[in-house]
Amino acid sequence: MTSTLPDFAAPAIRVRDLRKSYMVPERESGLRASVRSLWNRQTREVVAVGGISFDVAPGEIVGFLGPNGAGKTTTLKMLSGLLYPTGGEATVLGHTPWQRGKAYLRQMTLVMGQRNQLVWDIPVSDSYELNRAIYRIPDAEYHETLAELRDLLDLGPLLTKPARNLSLGERMKCELGGALLHRPRVLFLDEPTLGLDVTAQRRIRAFIAEYAERHNATVLLTSHYMADVEALAARVIVIHHGTLLFDGVLAGLVARFSPHKLLTVDLEHPVAGLERYGEVVSIDDVRVTLRVPKGSAAAATARLLADLPVADLSVTDPPIDEVIDRVFSADEEPEVPASADEALVTTA
Amino acid sequence: MIDLVHLYRAQFKTTIAEQFQYRGALVIWLLGLILEPVIYLSVWSAVARSQGGAVDSFTAADFAAYYLIAMMVDHAGFTWVMWEMEFWIRQGNLSPLLVRPVHPIHRYIANNLTFKLLTFVVVLPVVLVLALVFRPNFTITAASALAFAPALILAMALRFALEWTIATAAFWVTRVNAINQLYFVAFLFLSGFAVPLPLLPGPVQAVAQWLPFYRFLGFPVDVLLGRLPTDQLLIGFGAQVAWLVVALWLLNATWARGVRQYSAVGA
Repeated sequence: MTSTLPDFAAPAIRVRDLRKSYMVPERESGLRASVRSLWNRQTREVVAVGGISFDVAPGEIVGFLGPNGAGKTTTLKMLSGLLYPTGGEATVLGHTPWQRGKAYLRQMTLVMGQRNQLVWDIPVSDSYELNRAIYRIPDAEYHETLAELRDLLDLGPLLTKPARNLSLGERMKCELGGALLHRPRVLFLDEPTLGLDVTAQRRIRAFIAEYAERHNATVLLTSHYMADVEALAARVIVIHHGTLLFDGVLAGLVARFSPHKLLTVDLEHPVAGLERYGEVVSIDDVRVTLRVPKGSAAAATARLLADLPVADLSVTDPPIDEVIDRVFSADEEPEVPASADEALVTTA
Repeated sequence: MIDLVHLYRAQFKTTIAEQFQYRGALVIWLLGLILEPVIYLSVWSAVARSQGGAVDSFTAADFAAYYLIAMMVDHAGFTWVMWEMEFWIRQGNLSPLLVRPVHPIHRYIANNLTFKLLTFVVVLPVVLVLALVFRPNFTITAASALAFAPALILAMALRFALEWTIATAAFWVTRVNAINQLYFVAFLFLSGFAVPLPLLPGPVQAVAQWLPFYRFLGFPVDVLLGRLPTDQLLIGFGAQVAWLVVALWLLNATWARGVRQYSAVGA
């Protein structure tokens, strides 16, 4: 294996203007259209990733957010070397991923779906043995890593079972174990908790955090579960329609994309006419939640306190799920548009 | 090199464990593999008998020898990659193999060889029993057996490389069945499998000599049975090597392009 001294100043992942588009066949429905398509095949270019740039420092865990079809998975596939980009460049640990050099592939792992590492019909430990040969893991390191993974993921009773006899959660644990046997320095995790119950999700999450810390691994993770991202990633990258919408800390996402604050007020007795102070989100006896524009939150709070018998009051950001949902469901431009360049600045 | 030995050993173990999980499927595969040449053998034996004992230079006993050897050569060389590759690519199963630091072809070679080692244990007694039934005229000499070894190895390598190359069509074509079908028809009639080469019409024989199919089936059989004069033997080895070089070059080129094309659907 070729090894160079790690350059600590260099990012582990460096992406510049990365693009990927597909040509997809297209035709109208109906017999006539299908006959016509025999000699006149129409194709349409679909842009999956339309030029994104970002850096990830060694040891950093970054959450990759975006609705289905945003280009998250395509980006992960390019960074893991599975797909050739249409344009732009990327280096991971100093390697160009899609050249698929062995030195690179030995240092990274891609977890995508739940049937990657394990051979369906044989015991998990046999699949692990195969990985040991594929990644040329020295004996001592293999046993040490296996013991560590067995401990962290509670794999003990699962190793002797064939993969097909495992439950979804068990299989995911074993998949993760198999994907990390060679102690990769970069992890690309695509929906690692998909389909798992809350307990299993929490467990996987804790494990990823622990692994990353122990081995100073760089992690790029996509998930539909906000809880995954909140628990693991201090930083998030949001892509939508193949372009980078936001790159920064999670709290910054809320600040940038939510133009509202939530005022939760406990009154001494029920009061009518609360609409004057803001949009009423909910009323539960004496507890009222109001949504007010961010800029007028202070003024609204002052008026509430002056006018009404307030027992308690708190000002909070809306839940992150709601903010994300708002960003993605808006057909028009987001309320506070951010160009890729601006977004990169927020990271610093 | 040592690492590769480790890898193959691990892959052997995996495949053996896997195959034993599917004993039923294994038996059915084997049955097909054995039945096909037995059918040709029965038909040609019947034709030979009805024509007074021989078709051209082939007696019923010659046919028996030819097809029993052909059965073993076919068994040694056959691959199922043309179906499997389509499945891998369409379902996205190729993805996990591509991000490992080992070319997927190694996994396939190890799989293929293991499968054959396992099944040879069945094929050999079948050949022996069939030999008792069909009474073949084995015209094998020490020299022909010696020449057979490289002919068989080259045949296996050639067929493997060629079928892998054709299988890579699945990177571009979603349904490769038509291509596979075409290939198998050509293989059947031009390899010496359905019809031994000397029994084909002259022009077809000439074409078959220039194509690779005969080189990985009929040729090793003819070598072992000592049916070829020295010049044909040398031309045959030359053709095997030449086709192998072409096939490997093609395989490299199409694989490299195909992988670029790969859209990693699904997982």
